[in-house]
Formats: sequence, structure tokens, C-alpha cells
Amino acid sequence: MTLTDLANPTKFLALTARILPWLAGVTATLLAIGLYQSAMAPDDYQQGATVKIMFIHVPNAWLSMFVWGVMSAAALGTLVWRHPLADVAAKAAAPIGAAFTFLALVTGSLWGRPMWGTYWEWDARLTSVLILFLMYLGLMTLWRAVEDPSRAARAAAVLTLVGAINIPIIKFSVDWWNTLHQPASVLRMGGSTLDKAFLWPLLVMAIAFSLLFITLHLAAMRNEILRRRVRSLQMMQANRVAFTSEVGTGSRDGNASQEIGAA
Amino acid sequence: MSALAALIRRDIKIALRVGGGALIGVLFFLTVTVLMPFAVGPDLALLSRLGPAILWLGALLASLLTLDRLFTADHEDGSLDLIVMSRTPLELACAAKALAHWIAAGLPLIIATPGLGLLLNLDGTATLAVAATLLAGTPALTFTGMIGAALAVTLHRGGLLLAVLVLPLSIPVLIFGVAASQAAISGSLPFGTPFSILCALSLASLVIGPFAAAASLRHGLD
Repeated sequence: MTLTDLANPTKFLALTARILPWLAGVTATLLAIGLYQSAMAPDDYQQGATVKIMFIHVPNAWLSMFVWGVMSAAALGTLVWRHPLADVAAKAAAPIGAAFTFLALVTGSLWGRPMWGTYWEWDARLTSVLILFLMYLGLMTLWRAVEDPSRAARAAAVLTLVGAINIPIIKFSVDWWNTLHQPASVLRMGGSTLDKAFLWPLLVMAIAFSLLFITLHLAAMRNEILRRRVRSLQMMQANRVAFTSEVGTGSRDGNASQEIGAA
Repeated sequence: MSALAALIRRDIKIALRVGGGALIGVLFFLTVTVLMPFAVGPDLALLSRLGPAILWLGALLASLLTLDRLFTADHEDGSLDLIVMSRTPLELACAAKALAHWIAAGLPLIIATPGLGLLLNLDGTATLAVAATLLAGTPALTFTGMIGAALAVTLHRGGLLLAVLVLPLSIPVLIFGVAASQAAISGSLPFGTPFSILCALSLASLVIGPFAAAASLRHGLD
């Protein structure tokens, strides 16, 4: 089974139908373990119990950037290789990524209120993530503005790649601008500064959230493929109706609509 | 090369003539600037403090307003198809069109800035600083905005979408443009740092914009 085999939507549907239940099961188990570990994690000496928002907030924030990365890879697949599933993957990922970004913003602001004394601060990390959220929404609007899915895919792919410039800015914003948001502490040169008691639940949650994304993404891709099938069936039916009614009235344009139907 | 020069000349000519819409941008810029004192009150000290931000916002919105014309008119009369099919590389043609658009619609905004600075009680240095940052930053607005304009022209009702797609991309330009002009006025921070980032943004968009716009035109128009 290679990537080119997956280009066949039917094979993709068959494969994901087998994988998805297992994937969902593993995701639910890991999520349960991660949540239990997070709940059992000790309170921070400074932040108290509010530190536990981290176990939800940080995976969401990571995923919000990761999903744009996935969409950028899919955009390359659309523009360079014309992979038939790439635009399905890109379209299905956008709402999920927007949801992760929104949750990162909400949990971050709930965490910020007790820690920083404010729900919102115009700091570099917060602002750049808000821009990311706006870009997700713009991308989703673009997908909806075009009726033909393949044309929408190419327009959205260009915008996705342009928007990918924002991802390194978000990642390094806490290092470049010295503002309220703390600098990176898990993925950094010289090892994590996080205590093991917090690191393990966080890593489990991160893996669980990544699996959650993959599960949701595959399910959304299945839906999108089926939606497109319904759409093309409807168009074929519309063509057939137009054709038969024109033949019925003896119109000479019948051939034209037959060609459209064949195409 | 002569084809590109002809394209630039043609675009500037069309933009400046009746119905071209380039000078409407200046009128809009003036209107936005005049509206601000009504909104925040006629306090001259406050206005001179907000001045650079007001001028930058006005210029941003005005350039957004005229961006719609970058490809739409050519798409409507069919000349965009000729440009896409011609032997000149589409990336270069897009860059030429954006350059013409900046000369016809962006430069007038910068020329109008000193007059509008007077309305906002900006002194000489402040006006000069805002004009300089606009000169360095508006090419970035045009060249990133071109991507949105190219995406919007291939859609049927893309006009409204243009603002949603382009504005998030123009936020860095706005940040560093206002930061540089504030630095020049207050003098507490160096002017050079944000100004050079602004120039870098313009140069980067000069590279990225034409390629992205050409790609979306090529894919969208077939």
C-alpha cells in the first residue's frame, strides 16, 4: 500500500473504514489516560491547580500550528502533484484546525485571567495566534465561495502556502519579542525545563490530541469524498434529465448535453 | 521588456482616467482621516499622538479599496486572458501590473500624506516619518494584496472576500509601519530597526506576491 494507491478514493474509503474504529479506540484510551494523569499531576508551587489548564491548552496550541502544516503539505500536493486526495485533505483539515486554534485561544485566556490578571493582552504570541484563527476562517470562506471543488482547491492551496509564513512567526514570536507569554519550555535547545511530573501527562495529552486530529481528519475526509460523490451523481442526473427532455421535444442540441454528460 | 513597459504604461493610464478609480483611493483616504476627529474628538494633542496610526489605517483601507481594480477590469474585458496567454512570463506581468497599481494608487496616497498630517496636527518630522514609512510599506500592501486580488478575480463574488483574505496578511506591515513612525516622533526608540523590517517585508512580498498571484490566476482561469 503506497501513497499512489491511496490516490484511489475507493481504496482510501475501504482502508479508512478498517482503520478508523481502532484509531478512535486508541485515541479515546490515550485521552482518558492523559486526562487522568493531568488530574493527578501535582499543583505547581506558584500557579496552584490552574497549571492543569496547560494539559489542554498546550496540545491545542501545538495542533493549531501542526494542522496548518498538514494543510500546507496538502496544498503542495494539490499544486505540484495534483494528488486527487490532497485537496480533500486540505478542505477537511481547515475546520478542525480552526477549532483547535479557537480552543487554544479560549483556554489560554482562561489561564491568563488568574495568572496575568487579564483575559487578553496584545502580546506577540496571542496576537499571531489570533491572526492564525482569522486566516483559518478566511480559508474556510474561500472554500465555500467557489462551487467547483477543484478550482476552490487550487485557490485555497495558494492562500494556504502564503499563510504558512505565519507559522514560524508564531513559533518564534515568544523568542523574538519579549512579552507576557512565556518562552518555549518543552521543545527547546538543551532539553525541556519542565518537571517530569508535568512533562509526562503533557506528552501523553499531546499524542492523544494528535491522534484525535488524525481520527477526525480521516473521518472528515471520508465525509468529503462521499459528499463529492453525491454532488457528481446529482450533476449526472441533472444532465440526464436535461438530455431526455431535449430529446423528447426533438431539439437538435441534444448532442451537446450528451457531451457534457460524458465529460 | 517593452511588453512589460507597455503594460505598466497602459495600466497607469487606465487607472488615472475617468472610471479608473485610482484617485478615488486618495478621496477615501481623506474621508477616513476627516472622520477620525469626529470619532475621537477634536483634541489636538490626542490627534497628534494618534496621527501616525490614523494615517496608516487610512492608507491601508484606501489601498484595499483600490486593490479590487487590479485584475477585475481586465478580467471583465478579456485582456487578462490575453496577458495570461502571452509569451511574457505571467509572474513578471503580475509584478508589472502591481507596480503600475502602486504608482497610480499608492504614490498619490503618500503625496497626500503631508496635507492630511496638517489636519491631524502632526509636525514636520512626524509627517516626514509617516510619509517615509508609507513609502517603504505600501509596496508590501500592494504586492501581498495582489495575491488576494488574484484569488478574488477567479471567483464570481470575490469582492467582499478580498478584505477578509488580505487584511490578516497586512497586519505585520501595519505593526512595523506604525512602530517606525512612532519611534521617529518620540525618539526614545531607534527608527532604523522597525524601518528596515518594513523594507524587508516589502522586498519579501515583492518576491512572493507575483508568484502566488500568477499561480492562482493560472489555476483559476482555466
